[in-house]
Amino acid sequence: MIAIIDYGVGNLFSLISSFKKIGADITVTADPEVIKAADGIILPGVGAFEDAAKKLRDTGLDKVVIAEAQNGKKLMGICLGMQMLFEKSFEYGEHKGLGLLKGNIIPMQNTIPNNLKIPHIGWNALHLTRDSEIFKYINANDCVYFVHSYYAADCDDSVIATAEYGKELTAAVQNGNIFGCQFHPEKSGEVGLNILRAFCEME
Amino acid sequence: MITKRIIPCLDIKNGRVVKGTNFKGLNDVSDPVELARLYSAVGADELVFYDITASFEGRQLFTDILTRVASEIFIPLTVGGGINTVDDFDRVLKCGADKVSVNSGAIKNPALIGEAARKYGDQCVVLSVDVKRVDGQFNVCALGGREDTGIEAINWIKQGVESGAGEVVVNSIDTDGVKQGFDIELLKMVCDTVNVPVIASGGAGGVQHFIDLFKAIPTIDAGLAASIFHFGEVAIPDLKQELKNNGIVMRL
Repeated sequence: MIAIIDYGVGNLFSLISSFKKIGADITVTADPEVIKAADGIILPGVGAFEDAAKKLRDTGLDKVVIAEAQNGKKLMGICLGMQMLFEKSFEYGEHKGLGLLKGNIIPMQNTIPNNLKIPHIGWNALHLTRDSEIFKYINANDCVYFVHSYYAADCDDSVIATAEYGKELTAAVQNGNIFGCQFHPEKSGEVGLNILRAFCEME
Repeated sequence: MITKRIIPCLDIKNGRVVKGTNFKGLNDVSDPVELARLYSAVGADELVFYDITASFEGRQLFTDILTRVASEIFIPLTVGGGINTVDDFDRVLKCGADKVSVNSGAIKNPALIGEAARKYGDQCVVLSVDVKRVDGQFNVCALGGREDTGIEAINWIKQGVESGAGEVVVNSIDTDGVKQGFDIELLKMVCDTVNVPVIASGGAGGVQHFIDLFKAIPTIDAGLAASIFHFGEVAIPDLKQELKNNGIVMRL
């Protein structure tokens, strides 16, 4: 069973639907015991980093996620959920993340050419920079759907895919059992479903 | 590189797609769920659902359909029609919409754009504008293009984006339904004014019109059409392949 963490950030409708579509056994929960009993954890998130990080801390679920991930349980952060896996974010100030991955979240503003629109929104090709189990059902240059204005930097250790938008932006990360997607697999058609499927099938 | 998007628009009235289709293999041509599934399968990059129902019952049917579509189709969904309040945003987002477009609702109450953007984020708010040439300037039209509001369109769009609209759909009343191509003059002016994605609507009659659009305005993000897709005059896979052959970045 995969636990989708419900900590009051964003709309989980599409994410839940996409796991149902691939026949995954999921539960949407904020209960630490349920999360501890799960085979895997999904950390979703849409919105502002500071608000989301605070909500996760206020529920005490930050410690649960960190402990479970450090015990080797598979974990996937999606969009803002991926950004929260890192040490720090510089979105409107400086905010602490979960620190499960090395690196920081920085704005696109002033780090990509200024003729490009921000947010980076739309379908973009995945450049697979390292082999990963979550890519086992997809191909290099498959397109996925992005919506974001900040991205993970200083995270060379964990980058497994990038997307070109003025520069190569971090699109997916992995460090052992910890995964993250900057894009929205639940909005990326069959390619996205295949990434979620690969995550569910992992031991 | 981000790809250019091809977006079919489905007008829904009392739970059915208004414009008929002649797709082979589609049993019920006016079933929105079946049509959405087909469009997703052939490579539509996004779908727009426009609720043209006026009744309460019709609106209920619309949200039921949206829920069914969003449970099965995993590409971005934009919803418009009858969006007048932040509660309307909430109603359709709960059913699985990703973006909500406002048109007449923003004309009646321009503050709606900012309120919705603060609550759901800029990326969620799409400003949809019907534009018509009147006495040498571009004017915003209401009521699906029937009523000239007298508001100058370029400035209206600029203000909408400044208030928080994260995307703009520009529908040219002058080219809509004529099938002689998109309104390049108007669209270029909008693209030169705002720095958010701009979606072209109105005037597509064939593949060449999409090629002309993306070549003439490299900064435009998407082309939207309804009847030419519904009637099978343009097949989305062929369209995207042709665009790619012409050097336009596409998701194939």
